[in-house]
Amino acid sequence: MLIKLTGGRIYDPANNVSGAVRDIYVENGKIVGPKPDARPDQTYDVSGRVVMAGAIDPHTHIGGGKMTIARTLLPEDHRGDPVTRTKLTRAGSGRSVPSTLVTGYRYAEMGYTACFEPAMLAANARQAHMEMGDTPMVDKGAFVMLGSDDYFLRQLAAKADFKAIKDYVAWTMHAAQAIAVKVVNPGGISAFKFNQRKLDLDEEHIYYHVTPRQIILTLARALEELGVVHPLHIHGCNLGIPGNIESTLATIRAAEGLRIHMTHTQFLSYGTEGDKKFSSGAARLCELAAKHPNVSIDVGQVLFGQTCTASGDSMRQYAISRSAHPKKPVIMDIECDAGCGVVPIRYRDKSFVNAMQWVIGLETFLMFDDPWRIFLTTDHPNGAPFFFYPHLIRLLMDKSFRDDALQKINPDAQVQAEVLKSLTREYTFDEIAILTRAGPARSLGLQDRGHLGVGAAGDITVYEDKADREAMFATPEYVFKGGELVVKNGKIVKVVQGATHVMRPDYDKSIEKPLNDYFDRFHTMRMENFKLSDDEIIRGDNGAIIVQPVGARAT
Amino acid sequence: MTNTTALKAARAPTEIYNNVPDPFCGMLSDDLVVERQGGSLKVVKNGSAIARAGFERKLPKANPAIRGKPVALSQAIAEAARMIGDATLPLFGGLATDVEGMRAVLALADRSGGIVDHALSEALYRNLKVMQITGWTTSTLTETRNRADLIIIAGSDIAKFNPRFFERIAIPPDSMFGVTAKKRTIIFIGKGLDRALGKDSRAGEVITLACKPEDAGKVVGTLRARLRGFRIVSRKIAGVPLADIDALAERCKAAKYGVVAWAPPSLDYPHAEFAIDQFAGLVNDLNKTTRFAGLSLGGGEGSVTASAVCAWQSGYPLRVSYASGAPDYDPYRYAIARMLADGEGDVLLWLASISPGLAPPKTKIPAIVLGTPGLKLAQTPAVFIPVGTPGVDHAGRMLRVDNVVSLPLKDLGRSSLPSAADILAAIEAEI
Repeated sequence: MLIKLTGGRIYDPANNVSGAVRDIYVENGKIVGPKPDARPDQTYDVSGRVVMAGAIDPHTHIGGGKMTIARTLLPEDHRGDPVTRTKLTRAGSGRSVPSTLVTGYRYAEMGYTACFEPAMLAANARQAHMEMGDTPMVDKGAFVMLGSDDYFLRQLAAKADFKAIKDYVAWTMHAAQAIAVKVVNPGGISAFKFNQRKLDLDEEHIYYHVTPRQIILTLARALEELGVVHPLHIHGCNLGIPGNIESTLATIRAAEGLRIHMTHTQFLSYGTEGDKKFSSGAARLCELAAKHPNVSIDVGQVLFGQTCTASGDSMRQYAISRSAHPKKPVIMDIECDAGCGVVPIRYRDKSFVNAMQWVIGLETFLMFDDPWRIFLTTDHPNGAPFFFYPHLIRLLMDKSFRDDALQKINPDAQVQAEVLKSLTREYTFDEIAILTRAGPARSLGLQDRGHLGVGAAGDITVYEDKADREAMFATPEYVFKGGELVVKNGKIVKVVQGATHVMRPDYDKSIEKPLNDYFDRFHTMRMENFKLSDDEIIRGDNGAIIVQPVGARAT
Repeated sequence: MTNTTALKAARAPTEIYNNVPDPFCGMLSDDLVVERQGGSLKVVKNGSAIARAGFERKLPKANPAIRGKPVALSQAIAEAARMIGDATLPLFGGLATDVEGMRAVLALADRSGGIVDHALSEALYRNLKVMQITGWTTSTLTETRNRADLIIIAGSDIAKFNPRFFERIAIPPDSMFGVTAKKRTIIFIGKGLDRALGKDSRAGEVITLACKPEDAGKVVGTLRARLRGFRIVSRKIAGVPLADIDALAERCKAAKYGVVAWAPPSLDYPHAEFAIDQFAGLVNDLNKTTRFAGLSLGGGEGSVTASAVCAWQSGYPLRVSYASGAPDYDPYRYAIARMLADGEGDVLLWLASISPGLAPPKTKIPAIVLGTPGLKLAQTPAVFIPVGTPGVDHAGRMLRVDNVVSLPLKDLGRSSLPSAADILAAIEAEI
């Protein structure tokens, strides 16, 4: 099967192609070199259209227990957005915590071909993968959470041999079928179970007497030495607290040059200036990150409306419970492994704090100078549901649209938004392609995704070049997945399953001996059953596994 | 049809299986050792009475049947497909199955415009009526096992549903943070519930507030009032001396990690949600100063699995109608027990693949029963198709009662019965 896309304007920053008019050939699911003499089975005239690789969301909560808690908690979220069955697609529900099937459909209809769940609990990995298995259309993958699990904290507190820690990190990635590792409020989720309500970067965990700084350094180093391509994905200390920009900057410095990814920084870039003691720390974050090429970020942009926050950070989610809207937070302590907090929230443009969150996110996007180290996210659904992405892209690409939007927010926030008003930057197609494709793919180690070079997967999105960038990015003309046309004019024409991306660093299997003892003594599940087999994803979920190659090992 | 049965390899006549999860209890304890000889199983280690009854039950011979007459499986499937295809409003009830079975139910209900509800969802809804209105804070089995220094058993006969709860979770042989069984206090709110602990309890202290179990909500409500400093005139609340409630208040305040446990199936009286609201409210109140969490138990017959899979695929935790083409949720209108009583629906598909006691209700409308052989039937269904039990006759996956952990269920080779998922997929393919 040979497919040819003719005459499109190609934006493929990974291969230094910026708007050049070129034909693209896809054969048996992969992009191949030009075949001028071949007779394609299908030809698509995409003259004048903007052609990019399929988009990749590197941080979106799409699968796992906390999402199903949120779905169960919020029937009212779904009631207004029923999705009817069609000849091709199943029925489901939309809005901020959509059903799994609708999540897959809507991502694809928006031109996305891969989504990564950033907060998979090892204890809940089986369910997370089953939910992702029921999320069609897109590839998926997950970051497993470490750093508040008791096995690791015991290792750290006992000053275990670093090799054993590395083995445990790698073992967990295998057991949970993960592609990367995330740390959430390092040590804080565990500390909350001991009734500690705050844990700053250098504050000791009340029981283990280790600090978030130690946890971050240990995990970041372990991943670097294991050759895991995506650096430690850090949801830092003090999320949501005014003044937390200090601990965020301190975390960047604490990395001592090790590669780290700071996630949804908007929620972690708050200063204490101004009458209301709440201000933007975006400039300071961008300034420091510019000097630290080892640091990448994603933003977690807030956009206005009803949504639901869902996080592993039980300590901070408990603290923000009083702002819940509607008022029904769910908090969980989980399995000596992690925790979660599901807190529905309504971001209002007339609220000073919410408007400032909006401003801080946009400032971060517009002041961060290296597009390869910043990814476009709303931390779905925490800052806003993912279907707001086209709106966000327009805010970034269209200064006058942004200025108009700015005039509608809380007046006090407008006063504090002088910096944002002064920023004239408008994102280019190249930059959007980097933030939503090439950058995430490179960061996650997806070798054959996020670009349109020879050998890449045939995951391609074709847009009509409309002046209204929101309309343009909301409804791509064509989306190809693995070389098959799956979306036409923003509607699904073929349902595909998508694969699961994992990374499997080597480790010493003898780690299973102490782990097995630990499970037998303390857990309520056997180690053998904790591990998620390939067969469960492949046969059980009708899926496929792509093992992305481990990168260079540092020593 | 991904026929799991066809993929089964030839088996050794005798086999020992380790780390076997128990699908007959919502806790899915997975430390069982089960021995198979031919088609008979024996739990040789760690099983409860419920597990032994489940695994060791001799399966009666069962054939696919139409109106009681044995037919070939393909005929039974064709007849079921015809009935569902012709139905205006098919009801999908029972739903005692695994994740794979539940996925297949939802696909078929979506396809045929049906209603989806679990046999035991009345108990589930005692919880959801609270959770969906106020939220709550909860814990899980491993967390409770290692951490809880005070466990309040709130008006529930937990051991009846989860016989190994005390042995494995409340007073475990080992724990991580020095909170050994000896250092734990177990409070039973409700008389007669402490039997569950047995005579040789390892627990440090066992206290019973001897109210009627259904008055546990009242007692906990009083406890909350006292914790907030309210004056109470009565010297006794539901038969419990106020002084005892005050003593419990002091214990709660002093606890480092308290767990309030209840089993919704045990709270079988009108408006039990008010009691659960008090239990969850107590947790809320105490979390302001110390750490507390709720722990809801029970969860048998795949009810947790059914609710979760339905929530992630449809957006709603059961009691969903696909009649309009999109999921519509109404916990009152789409309760299948009520619908049957009120003469709604025109075909019932009843799925009971776990224990033989989950009998389909007597109905006026024709029923298709996918059941474990030996399932008690009040009337001869229009179609009967014997199916395997997940974790016994075929592999599968189920979610545990705490809504976090799911277990891989093993094929122990008891029979070559097909899985419900395979049968449902075959029915869907024929519509």
